[in-house]
Amino acid sequence: MTEVEILDGSITAPPRLNGELVFEAPWQSRTFGVTADLVESGCFSWADFRIRLIAAIGAWESTDEADRPTWDYYACWTKALEQILNDLALLDEVELDVRAIAYAERPHGHDH
Amino acid sequence: MSSGTDHHHETDPRSPEVRTEALEDLLVEKGIIDRTRVEALIERFENDLGPMVGARLVAKAWLSPEFRRRLLDDADEVLAAEDIEGAEIEHIEIKANEPGVHNVVVCTLCSCYPWALLGLPPNWYKSPEYRARVVREPRKVLEEMGLSLDTDAEVRVWDSSSETRFLVLPEQPEGTDHLDLEELASLVSRDSMIGVAKAQKP
Repeated sequence: MTEVEILDGSITAPPRLNGELVFEAPWQSRTFGVTADLVESGCFSWADFRIRLIAAIGAWESTDEADRPTWDYYACWTKALEQILNDLALLDEVELDVRAIAYAERPHGHDH
Repeated sequence: MSSGTDHHHETDPRSPEVRTEALEDLLVEKGIIDRTRVEALIERFENDLGPMVGARLVAKAWLSPEFRRRLLDDADEVLAAEDIEGAEIEHIEIKANEPGVHNVVVCTLCSCYPWALLGLPPNWYKSPEYRARVVREPRKVLEEMGLSLDTDAEVRVWDSSSETRFLVLPEQPEGTDHLDLEELASLVSRDSMIGVAKAQKP
């Protein structure tokens, strides 16, 4: 078996053998990559981030099934990222809300 | 504007998709992150890190009793000697399967995982179901995932944390003594190193 074939059976290749896609949508890889860059550049540690991730996952798990969105690991990840950016005063929640609303209101076809 | 290539239109401002795009753009505008670096990191995690790194360690341990002893004794020292490094492998412990003992790894609180050895965790590893159930009824969960254990085998469940990550050293399949390192490594799946499968037969 070649290195390429071993890679093919890994997590990043299209699903086959025991491989499966880690990121199901481009935004999932972005939220991960942004976090990794913030850690690399020393804004916070993975351990600091993990505390918020545990809290975000815990919040989802303790919400009534009727009141919560379907399980999405990277949605919890994004919540944790928002939380730590807010905690460290790197990104204000309100500023993020305003931008998100502006993006959501873009007419179709004008968001790229 | 985000360089994401998704053409799906998401119009809820609370959706993680829109918030991620807004968050990334704001951080770029503030000079806190760099888009080129973000992309390079994603690529590194998608392509350079993966279970082939862990698989080679397992194959080496099968080939060399001395390497196996060192790996089980002090994995951190072996990883340093092998030039394997990564943010998520501060402290690694390797748990060897043997006749009558089967090890399986979970992170009950979130998704801690030995990234540098296995890449990023699969979706099922992060799911609430696996995280809750494998502790409570490991035998049943393994059975559902296609791994039947002897009724008298002891199942040890290892709960990962930010301090300690675990990797399972699966048993070497019978009749593979003549294989070389690459051939052996190809039998070692990601799932076998999490402990939800056995190493494959050639």
